[in-house]
Amino acid sequence: MTDILLQARHLNKTYSQRTGTLGLNSHTIHALADVNLQLKRGTTLAVVGESGSGKSTLARGILRLLPLDSGEVIFDGQDFLALDKSALRTARRHIQMVFQDPFASLNPRMRIGDIIAEGLVIHRIGNAQQQHDSVVQMLEKVGLHADDARKYPHQFSGGQRQRIGIARALILQPKLLVCDEPVSALDVSVQAQILLLLKQLQQEMGLSYLFITHDLRVVRHIADDVLVMQKGKVIEQGSVETIYNAPQQKYTQQLLSAIPGHGLRAITA
Amino acid sequence: MTEILRIDQLSISPAHAPERTLVKQVSFALQRGKTTCIVGESGSGKSLTALSVMKLLSPQLRMQGQVFFQGQDISQLSETAMQRLRGRQMAMIFQEPMTSLNPVLTIGFQIGEPLQTHLGLKGQALKQKVAALLEQVGIDPARADSYPDELSGGQRQRVMIAMSIACEPALLIADEPTTALDVTVQAQVLRLLDDLKTRLHMAMLFITHDFGVVADIADEVIVMFRGEIVESGSVAQVLQSPQHPYTRALLACVPDAEGKKVLQPMTYDWLAPA
Repeated sequence: MTDILLQARHLNKTYSQRTGTLGLNSHTIHALADVNLQLKRGTTLAVVGESGSGKSTLARGILRLLPLDSGEVIFDGQDFLALDKSALRTARRHIQMVFQDPFASLNPRMRIGDIIAEGLVIHRIGNAQQQHDSVVQMLEKVGLHADDARKYPHQFSGGQRQRIGIARALILQPKLLVCDEPVSALDVSVQAQILLLLKQLQQEMGLSYLFITHDLRVVRHIADDVLVMQKGKVIEQGSVETIYNAPQQKYTQQLLSAIPGHGLRAITA
Repeated sequence: MTEILRIDQLSISPAHAPERTLVKQVSFALQRGKTTCIVGESGSGKSLTALSVMKLLSPQLRMQGQVFFQGQDISQLSETAMQRLRGRQMAMIFQEPMTSLNPVLTIGFQIGEPLQTHLGLKGQALKQKVAALLEQVGIDPARADSYPDELSGGQRQRVMIAMSIACEPALLIADEPTTALDVTVQAQVLRLLDDLKTRLHMAMLFITHDFGVVADIADEVIVMFRGEIVESGSVAQVLQSPQHPYTRALLACVPDAEGKKVLQPMTYDWLAPA
């Protein structure tokens, strides 16, 4: 077993966009242009970029939620893009996702217990009683209560819903958790709680995170390694210390100097 | 006069449930040439406070207390009288520029609207002023004939800013104007707003939840929690030596770009009676 959980090589994805009067012209947009990355077991790789940088396309491409034009994804030693339907289904158990909008990503008609147990039901893991027990265990792990299993999503705040989303993702004990802007929609006080929860769960369960975000302050606190993207290309990658302390590329420097709160540093220094 | 706005004991409650106060006895004053930030989490009442200054609250909400704008109590002003003030003496910028701009009108027309309504400008003079405004917010004046969907998010927010400053208002209210923008664009828009505040000698009321933004733009800070002001003071005072436990807890949640800080989860221990 190598210590690399996920490796992506030469990923490409293009869209053609119609432009001009009546969309008579079209031009090609490189959503991903020769993207390479690797994620070590038990660590967090943050993919940072502004809107349109291709960071979400990258996550979706790796998960095969979106077909890529070319490239190779090796997950846990397997060629992930070559898996057939049933093998993919089995493998997906080990890759779960947490989404940005905790309001849109939970089915409003399902009880929390059923939402969290769905993965177990689909993958036929355990009997009803065992499934119920794992749901309760998972709820407590993410800081909710056993009674919450009977409630509906609308009875929870944004932060609590994000905890539910995390419980749903972790119930299958995946190896990789892909988080697409998991704290962007939350208040800063709630954001800190969720970041701390993710860190704690990572240690307890030995999880690896692919963390998509535009927030460079969040990255500093959660990531081990960082990949900076702009217009579908990887501009720079390295350890979080290297990227923040000695950014080599002009774009990375621009991003870092645009973080609000330089005044905060001056004041609190 | 340097005091532009004074709010005295402002309270807001739903008309059907007057016992539930959403904003509770809020008082503060804004000075010309200064930026005051209201910081708070969602539900703290920061946006309601800002809307009540413009008298744009939903009719289902009842407002109590007084709002003095340039010495005049506007809490009793009629809707027609308010319309003469809005866009002329006081203006507002919102979070999401796409929903605040009319998609079927050119940006030049929309920037020109307050100038026509309030100053009676037309023809060549109007065109020239619109071009000057676009220039001032960093957009090529040749784009006056563009529609909102032809612009990027940052450009749309610049258009909103051009509209709001068209009549050189004494008070500019900005409700999370950069929250929907990318970080590099956010930095540009913040710089632009700060420049304009100085150049036009406006009072700016800036609503945000981001302490980083506060540190970059504020002169004065007001911290709100569950409808009440828990702390206020100069930016250095509030950020450097926060007095209220809520302010301290909120500051401890904010991740820093150096990663030096140990993030603390929010606690509400101080709410419990000792």
